[in-house]
Amino acid sequence: MDINTIRQIERPRAAAEVTHWREGFAWLSGGTWLFSEPQPALDTLIDLRAFDWPDFTLGPDGLKIAATARIGALDALAPPPEWTAGPLLSLCCRALLMSFKIAHEASVGGNICMSLPAGAMISLTVALEGTYTLWPREGAPRTVKAVDFVTGNHANILEPGELLRSIHLPAAALKKRFAFRRSSLYHLGRSAALLIGTSGPDGDLLLTITAATFRPVQLHFAAPPSAEEVRHAIAAAIPHDGYFDDVNGLPAYRRHLTFHFAEEIRAELAGPGAAA
Amino acid sequence: MNFSIDGHAFSAEPHPGQCLRTFLRERGDFGVKKGCDQGDCGACTVWVDGAPIHSCLMPAFRAADRKVTTIQGLASGDALHPVQQAFLDAQAFQCGYCSAGMIMTIAALDETQRADLPRHLKGNLCRCTGYAAIHDAIDGVVNVSDDIAGNACGASLPNPFGPGIVTGHARYTMDLDVAGLTHLKVLRAPHAHARIRSIDKAPALAVPGVLAVFTWEDVPRRLYSTATHEDHLVDPDDTYMLDDVVRFVGQRVAAVVGESEAAAEAGCRALTVEYEVLPAVFDPELAMAPQAPVLHHKGGEAHGNVFAEIRGEVGSIAEGFAEADAIHERTYTTSRVQHVHLETHGSIAWKSDDGRIHVRTSSQAPFIAHEKLCHLFGFIPADLHVFTERVGGGFGGKQEMLTEDLCVLALLKLGRPVKWEYTREEQFIGASTRHQMTTRVKLGAKADGTLTAIEIRVVSNTGAYGGHGSETLAASLSSPMSAYRCANKKGEGFVVYTNMVPGGGFRGYGASQSTFAIECAMDDLAKLLGIDPFTLRRRNMVTADDWIEAIWSGVSDVEFGSYGLDQCMDLVEEALATGPRRPVPAGEHWAEGTGIALAMLESGPPTEHRSGAVMELLPDGRYHLAVGSTEMGNGSVTSHRQLAASVLGARAQDIDIINADTDKAPFDTGTFASTGTVVAGQAVMLTATALRQNILSYVARITATKPDDWALEADAVVGGNARISLVELHAKGTAAGHRFLAKRKAYLSPRTVAFNVQGIRLAVHRITGDIEILQSVHAADIGRLINPMQCRGQINGSIAMGLGWALTEHMDYDDTGHLKNAALRNYRIPSFADVPRTQILFADTYDTIGPLGAKAQGECAINPIAPAISNALFDATGVRFASLPFTPDRIFDQLQPRP
Repeated sequence: MDINTIRQIERPRAAAEVTHWREGFAWLSGGTWLFSEPQPALDTLIDLRAFDWPDFTLGPDGLKIAATARIGALDALAPPPEWTAGPLLSLCCRALLMSFKIAHEASVGGNICMSLPAGAMISLTVALEGTYTLWPREGAPRTVKAVDFVTGNHANILEPGELLRSIHLPAAALKKRFAFRRSSLYHLGRSAALLIGTSGPDGDLLLTITAATFRPVQLHFAAPPSAEEVRHAIAAAIPHDGYFDDVNGLPAYRRHLTFHFAEEIRAELAGPGAAA
Repeated sequence: MNFSIDGHAFSAEPHPGQCLRTFLRERGDFGVKKGCDQGDCGACTVWVDGAPIHSCLMPAFRAADRKVTTIQGLASGDALHPVQQAFLDAQAFQCGYCSAGMIMTIAALDETQRADLPRHLKGNLCRCTGYAAIHDAIDGVVNVSDDIAGNACGASLPNPFGPGIVTGHARYTMDLDVAGLTHLKVLRAPHAHARIRSIDKAPALAVPGVLAVFTWEDVPRRLYSTATHEDHLVDPDDTYMLDDVVRFVGQRVAAVVGESEAAAEAGCRALTVEYEVLPAVFDPELAMAPQAPVLHHKGGEAHGNVFAEIRGEVGSIAEGFAEADAIHERTYTTSRVQHVHLETHGSIAWKSDDGRIHVRTSSQAPFIAHEKLCHLFGFIPADLHVFTERVGGGFGGKQEMLTEDLCVLALLKLGRPVKWEYTREEQFIGASTRHQMTTRVKLGAKADGTLTAIEIRVVSNTGAYGGHGSETLAASLSSPMSAYRCANKKGEGFVVYTNMVPGGGFRGYGASQSTFAIECAMDDLAKLLGIDPFTLRRRNMVTADDWIEAIWSGVSDVEFGSYGLDQCMDLVEEALATGPRRPVPAGEHWAEGTGIALAMLESGPPTEHRSGAVMELLPDGRYHLAVGSTEMGNGSVTSHRQLAASVLGARAQDIDIINADTDKAPFDTGTFASTGTVVAGQAVMLTATALRQNILSYVARITATKPDDWALEADAVVGGNARISLVELHAKGTAAGHRFLAKRKAYLSPRTVAFNVQGIRLAVHRITGDIEILQSVHAADIGRLINPMQCRGQINGSIAMGLGWALTEHMDYDDTGHLKNAALRNYRIPSFADVPRTQILFADTYDTIGPLGAKAQGECAINPIAPAISNALFDATGVRFASLPFTPDRIFDQLQPRP
């Protein structure tokens, strides 16, 4: 829709040129959320696409994703075969309510910065032990763990004007085995729960719980855990009122799915192919 | 900036926050539609450099220096794109409003993407078709048949506006460029119940571009109902155009008119309103309690919040229950849902040089809107013109006057044309919904299943205003209570005001709600008695020899013009046993079950309903038909041409049609309550018959023969070896002062009945609560099929809407009456992925009441869907789910495997 309160679009060549940040400004990436609702508090959009950041950098240390890379492009990326967890890229890109047409425009960084429980780019980057590079308006860039970025429903650690520049997914995480579970109240809809487990050569289990909870919850088990251990760990990490409540899933249901999928993931990764 | 749109290059500067959709429409590219303006429905899909995108989400400046293709640029000259042609061949549309976006999406898919349609079409919502015809188009299926003179009736002829629909040139309500147009927006109430202490207009009037602000002090203090019926007394006059009391969150508080939508929006934000918040009540049972706040003080306050109360008893249920070997009693509840017609409500009003007022609107009842506007503003009827062009869906939602009044008010005050178009959010918070009803059913039966007593009690939550309240309640106590033969029946019902968004007309109109309850109860009774659900129904269902009786002993005008319920039951039983189905999904924990439900619906409303038509033979030998009824995707323009062509021995394409226009067509009550065929169609039949008589009598007169010696063919009248072309006849007759014109009116009485039976086979996952429909079978007894393709389309659309009601749609309110999900991304109508194919079967009947053997068919198919699903779940799990909807999160905890 038209955002009728917008007075100006700025298209600087580099983020460093944006030294005049104030209330009423917003970074414009794909625009697929900004343009989907009235934004009465905004009057200026700063176009990130003008920076022309390269979408993806694949290297021996892993995958660097520019915040401005489109979700559709990430879906189309062919990961090298040694990245066992590579299929997660596409699985998560397709775990969104958005149509493939929106994914043509919506960016990976935009999905992360929206910080909704069902933001599957958050699920992906947290599960693959990613780090985010953030560019504050003043001072040096900082790096944070993906798991620490989202703080609640539609809330994160970004300071006013601070920019998510890129996401790095380490090769070690991309080379792990994985299991993926997701559920929605209707076909191909918004996630009620999205859980990912990964397991490295030492047979550990890293369990990432998203969509069901207000913010990502990650549990690490150094050795293959028992069903009981996983249940206890979830119960300890997520209080009863720690499950998200909206029309896409009642909290009790999300809690139920969390335990159910966690056990399925545990069993799957403990099965054939697991480290001896 | 430089743009290239559909091959036209030009320079322009979009507004900074402007999206591509409005930028395109501003240029007159009206083929690009607004369904939601939020990226959820896909109606605005265009290509940018060949890639399909939602133009409502793309900043307009981003399209600069790129190649934009809209539906209007898809064809190469006169040659349609193959997908456009496929849409015509399959008639993959009803209202056609989603078609532009649907076609632009499908035309962009490669072979791999086509192999996964659920995923690639989930961003394109259609509310009319149930996606079956769209799937046909993708598969290259040709659904249309040839238009042969004399054979129009019963043929699957295409919509005459199809070429306009698939090329984006069909004009819907807002697709009009009006010079000097101003824009209206309303401020809506943030409280469920409040008195307005003051409204400070000054800050709004100070906003640049704001032209006027209207509050309750500026409108005629005249009560009316927004609901439209022929008889204005059936709906309560409980509404002011703008009021000093708000009774639901979303009620309009003030209207702001601006030079642009942006100015009007800014004006709304600038208004300062002081409210005195009043106690609110949302639950109808609580609203009936003595201490509840009373919403209206307009003469009915002695009854508190109970607006209407309806009772009746035939026989004696006390005796009936005393005779019973088994008694089943349970309460079933149905949910509030929104129509989600893809075209939102909206009107444009202007004044012509002769001082007349014209209102172009998206309405199912332009003639009643005309009457209501005359009532509100004191117009002389001849000074006002109300009309529709293409209407993008209705489903009962547009049986309501919601936008016309304020546009006319602003026009009168400002003298400039005024447009008001609802946003999608306003559709959810400021329009109408299906009435939420709670129904207690008590059934008594002998051990062999014979019913001895049926009792129901219905409580209907009409929300803040009572339009459609009493009629939907009466409907809930009527047909569904007539569907079973029983000597002892009793019903009582209450329509209760609460501080919720008002209920309104909605496909199925009250009967859907009580059918859900009764059909679930019949299944529960079958289980209690250990009798098969088919057997129990067959033992008790009404037959052609029965007296049709609900809960009132007085005589009604309902009769069996035909009867095919028995056939429908047999068809569904056989198809469930032998028809195509999907396997149960792989994996553990799936439970499979089947369920059936039947529904009976009177063809047309018990209230007054009239329609008129005028037909003329044209100089070129073609015909012109003017009929008052509205086309909003129900197919009536197509079927009316077929009815007329059939009578006149012509091809449907020989008949030009104009409809729903108070200047150009005779009065019609409106297209609702399944009257498009049985009332308006009857008017067309009578008119065509009169014109045929006119033509044949004239020929007989000038040839000194008898009218019976002559017959009408495609282009001529033929008698023996003589043949006079219609062109020649028209010229001759006109020169001699003859007029080849006829006008007739139709009135609805008696009314026949239609039947529908649905069978569902499903699998439900005991852990996740996921439901997969494995088989869907529907049998309809709707008399002769005027247009079989359209009949299937209406049924497929009804089934999809029923699936939405049962499985995906949920209006989620907080405890202060605010809707939490007023957007299509969170209020999910079924997408392609949610709707399985249904095997549709028809009873072989020919109705003696309806025109050319046809019965009503636009609504009734929705009624058995939700109960069939509940019954299938019951069969699969042994658990009765008695409250809609059955989303996994609301059912999972009752499904867990027993330890």
